[in-house]
Formats: sequence, structure tokens, C-alpha cells
Amino acid sequence: MAQKKYLMFLGCAIPYRVSAFEISARKTLTKLGVELVEMPEFNCCGLPLDPVSHEMMLILAARNLALAEEKGLDIITLCPGCAGTLKKVNKMLKEDKALRDEVNCHLKEAGLQFKGTVDAKHFVQVLMEDIGLENIKKSVVKPLTTLRVAEHNGCHILRPKEFIGFDDPEDPKMLKALIETTGATCLDYMDETECCGAPSVGVNDKVALELARDKLNHIKQVNAEALVTICPFCHIMYDTNELRIEKMFNEVYGIPVLHFTQLLGLAMGIPPDELAFSELRVDSSKIVKKICEGKTNA
Amino acid sequence: MTEKRTIKASEMKPDFKYQISKMHGGEKLMRCFQCGTCTSDCPIARFSDTYRPRQIIRMAQLGLKERVLASDTLWLCAACFTCTDRCPQDVEVASVIRVLRNLAAEEGHIPQVFKDECTSILESGYAYRIPELRLKKRESVGLPALPKGNPDSLCKSLRGVGFLKHVEKKGD
Repeated sequence: MAQKKYLMFLGCAIPYRVSAFEISARKTLTKLGVELVEMPEFNCCGLPLDPVSHEMMLILAARNLALAEEKGLDIITLCPGCAGTLKKVNKMLKEDKALRDEVNCHLKEAGLQFKGTVDAKHFVQVLMEDIGLENIKKSVVKPLTTLRVAEHNGCHILRPKEFIGFDDPEDPKMLKALIETTGATCLDYMDETECCGAPSVGVNDKVALELARDKLNHIKQVNAEALVTICPFCHIMYDTNELRIEKMFNEVYGIPVLHFTQLLGLAMGIPPDELAFSELRVDSSKIVKKICEGKTNA
Repeated sequence: MTEKRTIKASEMKPDFKYQISKMHGGEKLMRCFQCGTCTSDCPIARFSDTYRPRQIIRMAQLGLKERVLASDTLWLCAACFTCTDRCPQDVEVASVIRVLRNLAAEEGHIPQVFKDECTSILESGYAYRIPELRLKKRESVGLPALPKGNPDSLCKSLRGVGFLKHVEKKGD
């Protein structure tokens, strides 16, 4: 397997409160032959400020792209929001000279320049395009054959189609295919591609939680043993809020929310205590135990 | 926003739609023919009694500038881009709403959460203040140190950005 080298773009949410994702991603990606180089310097990708200042978002994203260009390396992110923003701004600036000149005027003040020489990818895209399903399958030594899970892609790995152009937003298949390389079964459920609600937290928590509850209900209806995510915000939305939603709406779920990289790690034979399951809010010990004993059932 | 109110001709600013159309993301506002695909597919609209993207777009077309920009519901969009992908007229609904939010922000209508994130970015590079405990924990679990933010360099490249006047500076 060819060695792939990427600049690791962590974003803000992961170091803030989703370290299990980072720990398991670094372990699994390295095992698959992806070399992760740390960013020399960092600022937020800009996405959180797009609603209030598109201009500021453009400059923040372009700064990161310019920093990566100086290193001569493509960016890999764990957060689809970061990947989507960097991809979108990269495309906009490459295609629109007037906009590029405008943004470069700002970057110049800090001795930086956007040239458009690097790419930004979410790790799922790296797995699909650079590693390939076959190689991932080869890395699986403990197939999770009796495990039945549901997936949640999250919005920014899928939409807007024009800028992401990676999977089919109406019928996404890539995360499912990746989950199936681990031997697990990925179940279909209602409103699978719908938003988790996380971006509306802080503006209207009730609406956001109702949205997450609706998804959890659908996931429960298909008897999924776990929910698998690839986005730090979606993970926070389900894992951190599951107990809160249970109390608020008088529901019972008990559905562990796993990072895909944790699932893959288990299938690769990485010991569970190296995959930070203890960081998860919803207790995952039963399912991890079942997986490790090879006795999962629906 | 669903509140029934008579629209007065004097309230309408015909120039508003052209102002929006000149901004990145707002170019295709005038194409909307009010089919309602955006609202029927919107996950937020399903749980909110007030957030209706089609209505926001229509109000923008009609030039009901003050009512749109001062409205709380404008901030409910989760930016999931379902409306953008499914709009038969390719209006880029979510981007038009983002343009409207940017204009609302210019007039000082800004939910606190965005001000906090902006302050944190200006001070540390990160949208959230990463607690010291987290940084220490990284070390103990064998994660590499976080890349440093560079607030000085960042502030230099943000010079002249209009939004910054709405964010209180601490320290200087």
C-alpha cells in the first residue's frame, strides 16, 4: 500500500471535546498507511462565522489553505465541516480571480498567499480514494459479523453537492460500504440523510433536540445496536445529548454512539482500551464486550 | 414570521433583492417561483412553528428588509443544504439565507453564540477555548501538542473586515 502523506487538520470541536475520535482516527489511519503531519500553525476553518461574515470565513479558510501550500501537503480533516469549508473556498478562489485577489490582499498583510496548489479531503474520502475498500478489508482481522448498526453521515460530507461532489447526497453509499468492510451490517432507516440539528444548538435548543430525538427514534425502530458517526458535531449531538433527550421527552434509547474509526479499530484488532471508548457519554461497554467476545446479536 | 400582518407598500424596499443578488450566494434569489420544496424538505421547519425558508425568500424578494433582518427565525437554519440541493430553480436557498444573516449581522442583529466564537478565534485561533485540562490530557494519552493559533498574524489578515466592529475586544 502506497504511503500517503497528509497535513492533519483537527479543527476546533475535536480538541475541545471529541478526543475519542482523534485517538481512534490517528491509530486506524496510521495502520492503513496514512502519514499524518501536524499543522505548523492553525486557525478555525471559518465555518462557524460564515453566518455572520462570509468575508471572514473566506479569509480564515484561505489562511489554512495557504499554510498547507507552504508545507506542500494536502489537508486531511476528521470534521466534515472543516473539509467542506476548505474544499468550497479552495474551489471558489481557484475559479474566481477577482475574489482570489481580494482575499490575497488580506493574506498578504500576514505574509501569506493563496495559490490553489493543495487539496482538502475528509478522511472518509481519503479511505475511499487513496486506500480503497479492498485494502481496508485486508486490514480487518476481527470481523464484526453479527453487529448491526445504523450510520449517520452528517450534512457537510454530502451537501451542497456542487462543492462536495463526493458521495450521492440522496442515497449515500460510502460510509455504509466502509462500515461493511468491518463485517458489521449497516441498517437502512427513515430520514437517514437528515441533519442531526447540532448547528441550531445555542439558537434554539428545543428544535435541535427534537430533530435529534426524531433520528434516534428511527434508529431505535430498526433495532440498531449502535449509531456510527464520522463528524464531531453529529457525535456531540447524539452522544452528549442522548441522556438529555431521554429525560426531556421520556424516551429510552441506550444506543451507544461510536466514531467510525473506533469501530474500524476494533475490527483491525486494536485493543478497545486504546480506542478511548471510556470518553463516550452513552455507555458502550456492553457492546464493546460483545464485539470482543464475538457474540453480537440484534 | 408566520404572524399574519398586512404588508404595506411603504414597507417594501424594491432595491433589496438587487442588493442581495450582488452578494456571493445571493445571485439567484429572483429565480424563486415559490414552489415550497425548500420548506417541505427542511428538517428545522418540521419542528419549528416559525422557520419557513420559502417565506424568508419571498420576503426578501418583496423587499421586506427590516422584517427579515430583525427576525429571530433567520438564525434557525442549520445549514444542512438540503434546500440548496433540491431547489428546482437552483436558488441556493441556504446561501441566500446566509447572505440575509450577514446583512442582519451588519445591522447588529447577532446571536451571542457567534460573538463568542469570533472572540475566541481572534484570541486563540480556535472557535472554542480549549481548557488547560484538555491540553494536559492530550499529553497523557500520547496525542501530539495542538498546533498553535497565531492571533497576531490572524488579526493582520482580518484588518478591515466590517464584522469585527461588532465584537468586543478584550485586553487591548
